[in-house]
Amino acid sequence: MNLFSAIGEFFYFFSRSVFIPWRLRETRYRILRQVYEVGINSLPIILIIAAFVGLVSIVQTSYQVAGSMPRYIIGATVGRMVMIELGPILTALMVSGRCASSMAAEIGTMRVTEQIDALEIMAIDPYRFLNLPRIIGTFIALPVLTVIAELDALLLSGAYAHFFLGIPFGVFNYGLTHFFYARDFFGGLAKSLFFSLVIATSGCYFGFKVRGGAREVGRAATLAVVTASILVLVLDFLVALVIFG
Amino acid sequence: MIEIRNLSKRFDSLVVLDGVSFQVNDASLVVVLGPSGTGKSVLLKSMLGLLQVDSGDVVFDGKSIQASTEKDIYAIRKKVGFVFQGTALFDSMNVADNIALPLREHTNLSSKDIKERLCGLLEVVGMAGKANLYPQSLSGGMKRLVAVARALALNPKYLFYDEPTTGLDPIMTDRVVGLIQNLKKSHASSGIVVTHDLETARAVGDEIFMLKNGRINKLTKIEKELYD
Repeated sequence: MNLFSAIGEFFYFFSRSVFIPWRLRETRYRILRQVYEVGINSLPIILIIAAFVGLVSIVQTSYQVAGSMPRYIIGATVGRMVMIELGPILTALMVSGRCASSMAAEIGTMRVTEQIDALEIMAIDPYRFLNLPRIIGTFIALPVLTVIAELDALLLSGAYAHFFLGIPFGVFNYGLTHFFYARDFFGGLAKSLFFSLVIATSGCYFGFKVRGGAREVGRAATLAVVTASILVLVLDFLVALVIFG
Repeated sequence: MIEIRNLSKRFDSLVVLDGVSFQVNDASLVVVLGPSGTGKSVLLKSMLGLLQVDSGDVVFDGKSIQASTEKDIYAIRKKVGFVFQGTALFDSMNVADNIALPLREHTNLSSKDIKERLCGLLEVVGMAGKANLYPQSLSGGMKRLVAVARALALNPKYLFYDEPTTGLDPIMTDRVVGLIQNLKKSHASSGIVVTHDLETARAVGDEIFMLKNGRINKLTKIEKELYD
């Protein structure tokens, strides 16, 4: 299969999963389950990662600008860096690793144990039953996780600046708020919305394509993570080009 | 009535079904007998449009699967209950949710009515009181019974059984065979049983067909006696 037909198939799979008649009453519990799975269950790892992102950002920014620029610039730089780039991208990559693989493994196992065939035979569309809740669930959970990750990173970087770099909270906060542009925050959020679609679609797509047994399920999980991560980076560039370019 | 007309299916160079034709009359149970790996499960899945056939057609009550849209195929599938060889129970759902799923998806029954129907189905298959268990905690035979209950949920006109007794101990085999016989009487539903087990075939089949090398042949009375 060449690259273009693979991309076409991927987009067809996405549209087949999303543009489909469905009723909220029957799907809401499955959506909520996915929000829980992607959002709540990813929260601990996201908080840890975001904390260290904040700490690394403040240490490196301070190293680069200390002595040559006013100290509030550190707050401004860290804030914009986290909101525009680090928050959305690292959250998306973590969720790709955690959730795209588990979606692919779960759906792949359902494929090899004929559970998807069982849905088909019960006249239940597996795209609606399995993919739609995962895509919507990730679409809801990922932006929320991103905002939480950004808050976590900024709080910890502010605390580190105050206690270890001698930059008072007020100064850090002045830089953060004085140079705050809504476009930075919402641009980052828009990225995470796009990321959520490719992460969930990758997980479902490679799960659906499984033929064979345990080995293929493992392979599908790996492919889902690799593809989701690459697509996240490609989309990051494209969205940045449109919003910030 | 189901008419299977000249069905052919091959995987690369391997011919699995080669012009298979037979019919399933109303209120009759047809057994397709054959050694493992001859394409019995492929036949069932091809009949319901799960596998694309190379040629031929299957007609359910005058409606052709090949000429149907996806929506029409779903309408035909609602008339069919299917018991998979590996049961295909949803391992993320307990027994109750497995059986109730088609009812929740395709009917407007209230929760109370679904619960009543569920209890009735579990009674029929002799699994009352097991509604809250998950498939992982059931034996192979019990899973098979739950799969039958799920297949019955929408009160289907046709029941398809894919190797219903394979891998079961003799006692559970008797129980499943008894259940198939009882369902035939009580629900007057017709269907197909594919199996490699002669005893099961003899016990449940109104007609027996032999599938071998992609071809299907009806077993005559004399051949059946010889098998017996």
